[in-house]
Amino acid sequence: MEQRTPIQTEKEKGDRAGYLFVLPYIIFFLVFTAYPLIFSFILVFHRWNIVGPMQWIGLGNFATLLHDPLFWKSLWNTARFLIIHIPLQIAVALVLAEILNQHIRFRGFFRAAFFLPVVISGVVVTILWQQLYSTDTGLINLSLSKLGLSRVPWLTSTTLAMPSIAIMATWKNVGFYVVLFLAGLQSVPRNLYEVAELDGASKIQQFLKITIPVINPVVVLVVILSTINGFSLFIEPYVMTSGGPLNSTLSTFLYIYKEAFSFYKMGYAASMGFVLAAVILSVVLVQRKIVETDTYT
Amino acid sequence: MFKRTLFYLALMVGAFTFIYPFLWMAAATLKPEYEIPQLSFFGSRITAESYRLVLEKIPVVRAFFNSLIVSASVTASVLVFSSMVGYALSRLKFKGREIIFTVILFTMMIPFQITLIPMYVLIVKLGWTDTYLALIVPYMINAFGIILFRQFFKAIPQDVIDAARIDGCSELRILFQIVWPLSVPALVTVGIIVFMMTWNEVLWPLIVIKKTEIMTMPQMVALFAVGGQAENLIGVRLAAAMMLTIPVLVVYIFFQRHFIQSMATTGLKG
Repeated sequence: MEQRTPIQTEKEKGDRAGYLFVLPYIIFFLVFTAYPLIFSFILVFHRWNIVGPMQWIGLGNFATLLHDPLFWKSLWNTARFLIIHIPLQIAVALVLAEILNQHIRFRGFFRAAFFLPVVISGVVVTILWQQLYSTDTGLINLSLSKLGLSRVPWLTSTTLAMPSIAIMATWKNVGFYVVLFLAGLQSVPRNLYEVAELDGASKIQQFLKITIPVINPVVVLVVILSTINGFSLFIEPYVMTSGGPLNSTLSTFLYIYKEAFSFYKMGYAASMGFVLAAVILSVVLVQRKIVETDTYT
Repeated sequence: MFKRTLFYLALMVGAFTFIYPFLWMAAATLKPEYEIPQLSFFGSRITAESYRLVLEKIPVVRAFFNSLIVSASVTASVLVFSSMVGYALSRLKFKGREIIFTVILFTMMIPFQITLIPMYVLIVKLGWTDTYLALIVPYMINAFGIILFRQFFKAIPQDVIDAARIDGCSELRILFQIVWPLSVPALVTVGIIVFMMTWNEVLWPLIVIKKTEIMTMPQMVALFAVGGQAENLIGVRLAAAMMLTIPVLVVYIFFQRHFIQSMATTGLKG
């Protein structure tokens, strides 16, 4: 810092003001970050229903977790969600962003339209799509049967329910990623394309060999953000299916929520939270290894 | 020419896909219940019956004001406190400054899945369940806001601040009367994001609030849709969802450019 100090006491004054300004944060940090963080480390070694006394069980929670079929099922459900959601989201967002990046009129309108579901509450989106997906009275199935096709059990089939939720989540979030990709695409130097054009590269080749490598950091960001968000999948299955049919849409986080706040198994739920966080971290690290490449910039 | 047409066609299909469901929902809430599962966009007559039933069954107006109180308090608090910390980290010199900055960066990486349950326990111990405090206090400062303000304040010319110091302004006055007016874009960005996040938050209210009078709007609508109160009436559920949509939609239509830019900044910096 090139801060000038006209008078000697000015420094002490600055010191005092500095501490005064960060004091609220320090208190906030101690109470709402440090304390919960430390307490969570204690909680995982206990059985506790929040009302009675805490009971030390060592690694008991983790042992239970290893043999809890529902926990593994919920992880698998979340994985099924991510496997559909992430690629679909990237593909749709990239295509829409690429089109918007051409010389398009009404770009602002289209961008705003794609972004609309992002700002609307997930509760609204879920209630709306629950109706669209409804087997007998839903708009989608009514249209299908009008076209002479058979009805699809979007939310009532154990194989289809999670993919249906993944499609809905993509619809809700994709506008956000369109905006991120669009910003990335606009940063690609024009002259790269001009050179490629002279060399006779096709549009597809240009896209694969120039666009994708240059916007790689954005791709990494989008993959990581949608993974982290995907692992906190909660309100969609909570409202739409409450985890059913037959727990096929029970996401890990919904399971943690139920164990903690319906059955008050605080220690167990906290332990699952830890394992989930570890899973998220490992997945993100692996993704970085795979997706991240060296770019020109 | 052909390609242009194709592009516009794709964009129109896209826009239709994202907008039509909301239009359909709006129309459905004004139809008689038995006409909702029909393909026609408009019903045979317009009726406010679904809305009347929602208002009769749940205190959704009260919930609207709860959400407003909570979101406004959180936003105001984040703007004041996060900008104070951002200012200290960028324009004031003191021992331990860099350590605090590192700590803030670190807190952004803690997954909420780890702290959620201890946070709930803390709220129970403080006796804050079923109070506004539970919804406001844990969100009063936020790391993203601090980082964004710190970044923005760094670009303000030192001369401006020095001049004020020589005039004998306190640091608080410098921040709020000189730096703030120069930082409107940052304030708007943080304000919009925090307000929207708080308004749409549903998990935390579901956990700490059980009393109907304190519930926020998304929470109340979610519980209404899940519980038996809607009695399987489609129109009523959609009407409740529509009431939750309208406030955000109105704000979005006026400020959509700011919304989009703000969110893009978070993505790239968070």
